[in-house]
Formats: sequence, C-alpha cells, structure tokens
Amino acid sequence: MTRFTTAAGLSRRSALKLGGIAGMASLVTIHTGRRSFASAAGIYELAITADRIIIDGVSSKAIMMGGTVPAPTMRWREGEEVVVHATNRLDEPTSIHWHGLLIAGVMDGAPGFNGYVAIQPGETYTYRFRLRQSGTYWYHSHSALQEQAGMYGAIVIDPAGPEPVRADRDYVVVLSDHTAEDPMRVMSNLKGDAGYYNQAQRTLMDFVRDARDSGFNAALSDRLDWGAMRMDPTDLADVSGYRFLVNGRGPEDNWTGLFTPGERVRLRIINASAMSIFDVRIPGLPMTVFAADGQTVQPVRVDEFRFGVGETYDVVVLPREDRAYTILAEPIDRTGHARATLAPRPGMSGPLPEPRPRTLLTMADMGMGMDGMDHSRMAMTGDGMAGMDHATMAMADTTDLGRPLGWADASTPPGDKALDYADLVSATVNGDDRAPDHVIEVQLTGIMDRYMWSLNGRPFGKDQPIRVRQGDRIRITYVNTTMMAHPMHLHGMFVALENGQGRRMPRKHVVLVPPGRTMSVVLTASEPGEWPFHCHLLYHMAAGMMTRFIVDDQTT
Amino acid sequence: MTVHARRQGLITAMTLLPILAAPPAEAAEAGQIFTFLQAEQLERRSRDGADSLNWDIQGWIGTDDHRAWLKSEGETTDRGRLAEAEIQLLYSRRLDAFYDLQAGLRYDPEPAGDDGAPARSFAVLGIQGLAPQWFEVGASAFVSHDGEVSARLNAGYDLSVTRRLVLQPTAELNVALQDVPERGVGSGVNDLELALRLRYDLTRKIGPYIGVNWRRMMGQTARLAREDGEDDDDLAVVTGIRLWF
Repeated sequence: MTRFTTAAGLSRRSALKLGGIAGMASLVTIHTGRRSFASAAGIYELAITADRIIIDGVSSKAIMMGGTVPAPTMRWREGEEVVVHATNRLDEPTSIHWHGLLIAGVMDGAPGFNGYVAIQPGETYTYRFRLRQSGTYWYHSHSALQEQAGMYGAIVIDPAGPEPVRADRDYVVVLSDHTAEDPMRVMSNLKGDAGYYNQAQRTLMDFVRDARDSGFNAALSDRLDWGAMRMDPTDLADVSGYRFLVNGRGPEDNWTGLFTPGERVRLRIINASAMSIFDVRIPGLPMTVFAADGQTVQPVRVDEFRFGVGETYDVVVLPREDRAYTILAEPIDRTGHARATLAPRPGMSGPLPEPRPRTLLTMADMGMGMDGMDHSRMAMTGDGMAGMDHATMAMADTTDLGRPLGWADASTPPGDKALDYADLVSATVNGDDRAPDHVIEVQLTGIMDRYMWSLNGRPFGKDQPIRVRQGDRIRITYVNTTMMAHPMHLHGMFVALENGQGRRMPRKHVVLVPPGRTMSVVLTASEPGEWPFHCHLLYHMAAGMMTRFIVDDQTT
Repeated sequence: MTVHARRQGLITAMTLLPILAAPPAEAAEAGQIFTFLQAEQLERRSRDGADSLNWDIQGWIGTDDHRAWLKSEGETTDRGRLAEAEIQLLYSRRLDAFYDLQAGLRYDPEPAGDDGAPARSFAVLGIQGLAPQWFEVGASAFVSHDGEVSARLNAGYDLSVTRRLVLQPTAELNVALQDVPERGVGSGVNDLELALRLRYDLTRKIGPYIGVNWRRMMGQTARLAREDGEDDDDLAVVTGIRLWF
C-alpha cells in the first residue's frame, strides 16, 4: 500500500505535528499507518469503491472506504457533530455501520433496521450525528459480506474532558483477516461442506498417536463420543486460508509503530476481522488494559488477551529497552498470525515467537461434564464468577499429554497473566443498578453440518424479534448450545457484562460467549428503535444468526 | 379519540412507515439460495472383460430447508456407448439436523445396442443424510411406470488417513418386490456393490483416486444373468477423479 496521507488535505498527524512545533507539547500524535481524517468542519467525504490491495507483495481484490484498507481512521471529539457523506461507487448496495456509537437508529447504518435503507450504487447517504461518548470504536459495512472484503476502519473519539491515561504515543492497531477468495464463494463452500476450511480434522494418524498415548480403548471411545454427535473437536474457526493483517499490512509488510525508550505507548487494538478470534500478546512487554469496547476500566496488567470479533481493547505499554518488540496476534485455530512491531527506529523487527499449538475441543465445550465436573453449569449468572476463570478452566481440561485441551486453553505460559472477563472493572459506577424487570434467554444455536446458524433455533427472517419497552431493565442470558464461541453484538446500546463486579460491571458492545457456556448481561433499554442483535462472526450472521431487538418508544 | 391522541397515532404511523417500507435486510437472510454440484465418481473401470466409464454425480440448488436435487449415475462402454444410466430430479425437504426427505422422478434412458431395454421412468421417495459416526446414508424406493417396486440402500464413509489421503468405503444394495425378467431383475435382493477408493485431495475440490469396485448379483437376478450368459460377479479396478464444481 502506497496511499498515505495528504490526499484529503492536511492529515491530523501533520496538523498535530505542527501543533507540537507551536509548543503544544501536551498533544498526542496519532499514527495509524494510514491517513486519518480530521476536518475542522466535521464534514467527511467517504467513497466506497472496489479496487485492489497489495498485502505482502500479493495483489488481491478489495472493497474499501476512503481508498484504503483499513479505511481512514476517523478522529473525532466527544460532543461534536459529525457529518459523513458516503458515496457508493460499487455496483451493489452498501452501508456503513458505526460500531459501538450511541446514535439514532436511522444513522446506525444496518439496512432493514430503523428505517435505514442500503445505499444504492451511485447514491450518497449523509450520516449526521452528535458524539455522546469517547474512546476507541470502529466502522464497517453491514451489507452482504463486504466487511470481509475490506470495509472496516477505526474511530477514535477524544474525550471532552481529560484522557483516562497519559500517553506519549497513540497508535491504532486494527487486526483483520483477509482472504483472496470471493467472500460469497467462501459462504457457498461452507454451505456445501461445513468442514471445507478445517485443515486440522482428525485423521487415522491422529488416532494411532492417541491410541499410543492414551490407550486404544480410550482413543476409540473418544472418537465414538464425537461421532455419535456428528461433531468435530477441531472445529475452532470456520474459515481458513486467511492472511492476518495489522492496519492492512501482512506479517511480511510488518507494520511498525515507533517509540523512544521510556515513552508510554497507547495501543487501540480493534478486532475488525470477519471470523477470527485472536490471542494477542507483545512478548517481553506487559500490557495495561484500561478500556474495553471504548469504555474505561480500572487498569489491569496482563501479558495477553483473547478477544472476539468486534471487541476493542485500549492498552498502555512502557517499552524501556532500545529494541524492537513484536505485537503478535494468533487466531485460535493457529492457521497463521498477524504481526506488527514497536521499534525505536524504522526497519527493525523483533523476534517472532514459535507458533502456539492449536487446542482440541472437549466435551466440556459441548456443555457436557468432564471428569465429573459440569462446566456448563459454572455459569456467569449474577455473581457466579467461577465460570469465567479461563486459566482454571484450561488447567482442569488439560491432560497429562501436554496438549492444550478445551476452547479456553490459549497455551498461556505458567506465570503469565491472560486477561479474563472477570478482570474488567468499570472505571465509573453504573448509573442504573435496578434489578432486571425481564430476563430474556437467548440460545445460541446452530447446525454445524449444514452451516446453519440461528438464535433460539430460528434463523433471521423466521425469527421472533425481542421486544422491550424503553426504560426497561433487561437481563439477557446467553446459552451457547454450540461448539463455537460467538461474539454477540447488540447495536444501539451498551450492555453491562455480569462478571461479578457489582455496580462496576464493564460496559460492552460485544460479548464473547465461549462454546457450551452460559453468560449474562444487563442493560437499560434506553434507546428506542429496532436494533440488530447478532453474532459478529460474519458468516454466522449471514447464515441467519441475527434477530431484532425492538425497544418500543414510550414517549409517542 | 382526542385530537392529541390522533396526532400521536399519526406520528407513530409516520415513524413506522419507513420501517415497514424498508426492504428486507441485506446482511442476512434465511432464504438465501446456494448451489452445490459434485462428481463423487468420474472413473474408468478396468476388468477382465470390456472396460467402462462410470459416473456418479449429485447436486442441489436451494435454501437450507428446500432444495431441488439432481442425481445421476451410469456407465458407458469405453467406446462411449451408453450401457446404463439414470437421472433423478427430486424435491428435498430438510427433516432435522441431519436428514432430508426427497421425492421426485427417476428416468432411465434407453441403452445403446440391440438388446437395449426401453427407457423407463419411476416415482422416487427417499431419505438421505448423515448417520451417527459420520456415515453418509441414503434409502430410496422406486415405483416404475409399470407399477414395479424396488428399493436401494447405500452408505459411504470418508476415512481421513492423513489430511489429504482419504479412504472411502461404500456399499449399495438393490432389492425388488417382483420379477421383471425382461430387465434381468428377480424379486428379492438383486445385487450388492462394495467399493473401496483411496483418494488424494489436491484441494478440497479436486481429488484423484484409485480403488476397486465389486458388484455381485444375487438370487433370481444372478440366475437370470447366468442364463443370459453374463457374469453374475464383476470385479473392477477403478481410476478416477472426484470433482466439486
């Protein structure tokens, strides 16, 4: 990619540099590896085009906003009104959804919801909204499978008040998965053979090894258990063949963020992939997480975190040594990695750690008890927090064979700290702490063999919308009946994750529900409208894992 | 109704209007139509007698719940003369997570050559799906336009030896309720076909294979074949390719 700044006039980066020269040393420079939009008038022109991109020297097709993948970072300020003219230069309808933003339904950008109609070819749609929040968010297409093709970008909203943390550098780190295949072809392949992209299905050779390690009878009985359900314990991710990107750069391109040793570096890490759940770490550099999904949390120091599609984490790191550090994001099916570098000078690269092993799902991931422990009942309802401790789960599932077993086992080295949902403590006290008026159970359902995905057994189009009244306090209990983790996303409102933190439950727009598990969130239905409520794995949503969350307006 | 309430109703209607008028969401739809077409077998069968070219092709178009299926299998001589063939066109309805109910028509065209029996058509009712332990299974009943009833059971299994090397045993059993002497069919079990193919998947969509195919006629059918001077036992070495289009 060679399209850098200045096409849209003075970039924020240049502007801020000039500001720095003028003595405004307190300003933080934001680097994205891309131009970022900044406009005094708060008016933006964004064309959606089909073009080609080059990743690691290989050219492939893409659909992009503003001429780049990822799209230009939107740099906004809390309280300001933003106007975006989005022009569709494709030959198919498109849309832009502002992920995590609290805005009117018709501006939310999901076709078929809230009266919003997709932008037709050649047409321009004007988004206009006032920013009621600050933090790190993102924007992406909500039409067809365009998000997979490159329609995603970061949103950075500076707070009206002081920043929650001080940082000398501020980088956006957009993680994504890029396929050279036509996304429609990917979907079609999955419908023809749901295991089409699974390169790790168990073989006779695996059986021989397992029989040697744990005995013939045990190995056979394990195969028969899975076979009886017609389930596959290697089913971690549905799509492979991806190249994993950081800010649109492949592992070879090696996106690099510069620092001076001793500086505080803020990373706004966004999982903008279509299907990939990542384990993220910077070997040798602990991260202090201070925001999740744009919302400030009490700082928690971790060595790594796993995050679902659509989630964001803001972290601060303090690189003290004069050397390159590798930012590594491995998808949970370990079919590759996204890689970037923090370095004191351009052109450096840090060590690339050995790939971690791929875990094997267990009966516990099916919600079935293993070794007499019923993990599925270790649910996160109310203050029941036991179920959220992934580290404990992993240990319970790991056999003496030394292979990772169970969805939650990220192969975190002993002594290292992996972020746990239970660690997320809101920096502010929740405004509404009423007990829920209603409890809505949402079963995450699917028929893997046919690549059918649904909520409560009903695919979108045959779904029963969820209907609540404005102002109601709602608990949503997710019951994951499938073998896959689902990042559940509600548009229009934040949900508070019931992770045992009482009045300081973290506010999130995406909650990753592990396979076979139950989790719950609470929310105040404050925003009237007809909101999309779906799994953020793109092909799951496209297959029907979506419904309407209708908040009836009580003022009309 | 007060004026105020009426105005509220009007506002509500105006708010709802664009929602009602909006087209269905494009991001996701349950009724999306997909297609699938696979040649499970495209192969040469080499044997003591004359070699043959055989095919077994299946495909569908439709949604998750409703599909139109096309199935065809058959054999030509290695000179390209049609020896036997059938085409099925079926409507398929999803029963549950694993099985489809299928109904439709089967047509067997007239084979080439002097002794070719005339073309026949059948009504078909069947079930197809995935049995526990990953067995692909199917059962079909056929009623010919002459009222003759027959049935077919088949099963197959893909055993991955390595990621790319797949051993595929298959079995097929044909039965008839009555004799149809002019077609060389006796009542009872007609024949059993067992095969073993070893496939190397170059990609998920292209897999050349080798194997053996053994067909044994049984009971009355075997007797009729012997009376005709035919072999009631057919063993062939197969080389072919599996293609997903």
